[in-house]
Amino acid sequence: MARFIVRRIGQMLLVLFAVSALTFLIFNVIPGGDPAVRMAGRHPDPGQLARIRAEWGFNDPVYVQYLKTMQKTFTGDLSSYTTNVDVVDELRKRAPRTFALAIGAAIIWMLAATAIGLYTAARAGRFADRSITILALVGISMPVFWVGALMNYYLGFKWGIFPNGGYVPFADDPWEWFYHLIMPWTALSILFIGVYSRVLRSNILDTINEDYVRTARAKGLSERRVMYRHVLRNSLIPIVTLWGLDFGAVLGGGTILTETVFDIQGVGQYAAESIGQLDVPPVLAITLFGSFFIVLLNTVVDILYAAIDPRIRLQ
Amino acid sequence: MPEPLLSVRDLEVSFATDEGVVQAVDGVSFDIGQGEILAVVGESGSGKSVSAMTLMGLTRSPNARFSGSAMYKGEDLISASDERLQDVRGAEIAMIFQDPMSSLNPVQKIGAQIVEQIQAHEALPDAQARERVVELLERVGIPRARERIDSYPFEFSGGMRQRVMIALALSCDPNVLIADEPTTALDVTIQAQILQRIRSLRDETGAAVILVTHDLGVVADIADRVAVMYAGRIVEQGSLDDIFYDPQHPYTWGLLGSITRVDKPRPARLPAIAGLPPSLADRPEGCHFRPRCPHEFAKCTEVPPLEARVEGGQHLDRCWLTVEQKRSDREVLPGEIGLRSKEGAPA
Repeated sequence: MARFIVRRIGQMLLVLFAVSALTFLIFNVIPGGDPAVRMAGRHPDPGQLARIRAEWGFNDPVYVQYLKTMQKTFTGDLSSYTTNVDVVDELRKRAPRTFALAIGAAIIWMLAATAIGLYTAARAGRFADRSITILALVGISMPVFWVGALMNYYLGFKWGIFPNGGYVPFADDPWEWFYHLIMPWTALSILFIGVYSRVLRSNILDTINEDYVRTARAKGLSERRVMYRHVLRNSLIPIVTLWGLDFGAVLGGGTILTETVFDIQGVGQYAAESIGQLDVPPVLAITLFGSFFIVLLNTVVDILYAAIDPRIRLQ
Repeated sequence: MPEPLLSVRDLEVSFATDEGVVQAVDGVSFDIGQGEILAVVGESGSGKSVSAMTLMGLTRSPNARFSGSAMYKGEDLISASDERLQDVRGAEIAMIFQDPMSSLNPVQKIGAQIVEQIQAHEALPDAQARERVVELLERVGIPRARERIDSYPFEFSGGMRQRVMIALALSCDPNVLIADEPTTALDVTIQAQILQRIRSLRDETGAAVILVTHDLGVVADIADRVAVMYAGRIVEQGSLDDIFYDPQHPYTWGLLGSITRVDKPRPARLPAIAGLPPSLADRPEGCHFRPRCPHEFAKCTEVPPLEARVEGGQHLDRCWLTVEQKRSDREVLPGEIGLRSKEGAPA
C-alpha cells in the first residue's frame, strides 16, 4: 500500500510536469501578442517593459521562461497577463464554486442513475424500459450548453422558477446557494445519468444470471435482499470506478460549459475566459489544478476498487 | 413403504422461447424417503436439473409454465407462494450447485455468505451464527476453519469451494438436499471426497438426497435408487441393482454401454449412443428415444407409460418391449450390457 502510494505520487509529478510543459509550449506557439506589452498596460515606458521581460524571462529561451513561470506558480506570485490579478488567489476564490457544482452533480447523477438503472432492469423489454431508454439516449445526445441555455431561458428568465444563473456562497445563504445550483447541477448531470443508467441496467441484467445470484435465492433470501445485497452491489462495482474517474474529469475541466452558461464564476469559467484572451498564467494554473484532480481521483479509484473488490490487489 | 418425505407427481415444466414452447420436464413422478439417495441421471438437456430446481421454485419466471405437484410435508411446492418457498429454501430443502467456482458471491467473505443464510431463517446473533459456521466448515473438512471463515471464495480451490457450498447447504439442517452435478467441475480425487462427504452427512442427519448427475460412476458409488431421464421424461426408475444389473430401457443400456472401463480392453472408439437427443421444442411422437433406438417397432409411436413391467413392482420403465425381449436384446457383448447402434443411424 505505502509503495503503491509513493509510486502514484511519483507518477502524478510526472504527469503534472508533462501537462504543464505541453500547455506552456502550445500557448507559446500561438501568436498572442507580446506578453510584456500586455502586462505593462497602456503607454508603457521602455524601462518597465525591460523589467517585466527580465522578471518573466521573456528574452530567454523557452525552457527558462517555463521554469520562471512555474517558479511563480508555486511561490504564489503568478499574475495574469491581462489583468495583473494574482492567479493563485483567483483560483482559491473560484475553486469552492466548482467543487460545489461538481460534487452536487456527481451525487445527483449517481443516485438518479442507480434508481433508473434498477427500475429499467426490473422492467427490461417492457414499455417503461423502452421509453426510458429513448429518454436516456436523448439525454446523452443533448449538449450541456444547449440544455443549459434552454433551462436558463425558460425556467430562469421566462417563467422565473429558478434564478437566472449566478452563484451565492453557501456561507452567505445555504438555501439560495442550493436554489441557484439546482439548474446547473441538473444540466451537468443529464449526460451522466443517461450513460450511467444504461451501463448499470446492462450490468444488472448480466449479474442477475450469475450462478451466485441463484445461490442467493436458493438460500431463501427475500427477493429484495437478493437484489440489493447480491445483484446491485456487484453491478455497482464497475460503476463506482467510472464515477471516480468522471468526477475527476468534471473537476478537471468538465464544468467549463456549465459554469459559463450559468455564470457560476468558478474555475471552469475562469478557464474559458483565460483561453479566450490567450492569458497563459491562468490557463497554466488551471490546467495544473485540473490534472491534479484527475490524477488524484484515478489513484483514489484504484484504492477504492481494491477495497470493494477483494480480488483486486494493489501492487 | 412408509410415507415418503417428498412426493413428486406428473411434474411438467415448459418455457416459452423464441423457438417455440420448450417442454423441459414432461410428467416426472418420483418419491423420496428420509435418508435415501436418489440419483437422477441423463444427458445434458434431459430435464434433470430443471426438475430439481423447480422443486425449489428456482425456475420460476414469466416464461415458465408448471403443472403437477411436489408434496413435501403435506404442502405442494409447485403451487406454493414465493414467500412460502423462501422459507423452505435453504431451511427445509437446500441445494448444492454444479459449478463451485461461480456459485459463491466473489466479493463476499464465505463466512458472511453462510451467516446470511442462517440469519434468513433463524433469529441468531452474529457471534452464534459465526460459531455455527465454524463448526459447519470443520464438519465438511475445511482445515483451520476459524481462520478461513473470513476468506473470499477466490482464495479457495474448486474442491474447497464445493465444501463451502455443502456447508452452506447444511447450515440450517435441511430435510432434503438437492445436489445438482456437485462433482462435475471437480477432478476425480476431489470428486470421491465430496461424494464421501455427502454420504456421511446423509448418515449423520438422515436427510434425503436428490443427486442430479450424468456420471454413472458417481451413481454406482452413492445412490440407493436411480431415475433415468431422457428428453424430459423418466424412462426408467428402480434400485441401484435394478438399473445396473437388469436395465429395462434401451436408453439405459446405451448409457451403461457408454461407460469407459479400465478393466476391459480399450475399444477402438469410445462407445456412444448413435444420433443426438431430440430438441425439446420439437420432440418425436410416442417414445422420445425411438429415432435412436435399434429396437424400434410399430407400437413405439404411442407413448409408453412409466410402469412396472418386471416382477416385483418397484422397477419402472417406459418401453413397449417385453421383459424377455429386453433381457435377450440388451446383451451386446458377453457379460456386458450395451446398446447396438441403430442401422442407418449416423454414428
